[in-house]
Amino acid sequence: MTQEIYIYILIMSAVTLAIRILPLTLIRTEIKNVKVRSFLYYVPYVTLAVMTFPAILHATQSEISGFLALIFGIAAAFFGASLFQVAVLCCTVVFVSELFLI
Amino acid sequence: MLKENKIALAEGFRDGIPIGLGYFVVSFTLGIMARHVGLTPFQGFLASLLNNASAGEYVGFALIATHAPYIEVAIMTFIANARYLLMSTVLSQKFSPKTPFYHRIFVGFDVTDEIFGISVARKGWLNPFYNYGAMLTALPGWSIGTALGIVAGNILPPSAVSALSVALYGMFIAIIIPPARKDKIVAACVAISFAASFLADKFLTGIVSAGTQTIFLTVIIAGGAAILYPRKGD
Repeated sequence: MTQEIYIYILIMSAVTLAIRILPLTLIRTEIKNVKVRSFLYYVPYVTLAVMTFPAILHATQSEISGFLALIFGIAAAFFGASLFQVAVLCCTVVFVSELFLI
Repeated sequence: MLKENKIALAEGFRDGIPIGLGYFVVSFTLGIMARHVGLTPFQGFLASLLNNASAGEYVGFALIATHAPYIEVAIMTFIANARYLLMSTVLSQKFSPKTPFYHRIFVGFDVTDEIFGISVARKGWLNPFYNYGAMLTALPGWSIGTALGIVAGNILPPSAVSALSVALYGMFIAIIIPPARKDKIVAACVAISFAASFLADKFLTGIVSAGTQTIFLTVIIAGGAAILYPRKGD
């Protein structure tokens, strides 16, 4: 079984690394097409937004604390808080609100 | 090392601290799952060091537990991680033509949701040393967390896990909100993404995996925005 597990790990790793490394190494010239460039410009915001909500509600013990973290995080980021500050604020909001919710 | 590379490395390390902490907690729970599957701490460490992917590893471990055929593991790993194809393509356009080729391989080694997020948020060409700085916290956080999860099982109190697990989402918020404030199209993209993702979660969970939902929604929403509002300036 142990040797079999190493083969499984090798397969998982090979697939994951190929997915990550191939586009970066194969696409070496600037993409000129305006539509494709625009698409790639919008991708990060859409992907990160899709992954944030509603997943943040399921990450916490209570959906309410996750929702509060979302609202406080958006407000803080809107008013210029840094990456680190927003991350810490979200954790704090969840911890404090769950003292009352759980 | 060049001074600008040193600065980039330090900034990457700084921005990587919440990533490493968040990873530690999430991978700890992944380790608990890997323990049930029968992985040794070293096997968990190795899998996490080379994969650094929560959903991808979760799917892989679940299949190992059932002694699935190798081809099935390969296909499911591909599906769970396919979004990195898009992210890696975006990053390929952030590389200066002057940056040596081998940096593309090392940066590609650790394109995670979070490291992708912080590196696309950087202005101008990407300095690979910024990514290396972030990897200094992300890779140990993820791989050691997995190994400790296998060794120790459930020792963190649920309240701490709950609080720390939103760190990664906090970072995503910090990345998407400032540009949304400046650009109405980006703001609309974020709002539509939230709504569409909410509906997909409600109606497609159990039918389509979260990773596949992310890819479909990204292609449809970002594609729609690119067709309706192409960016001429850059």
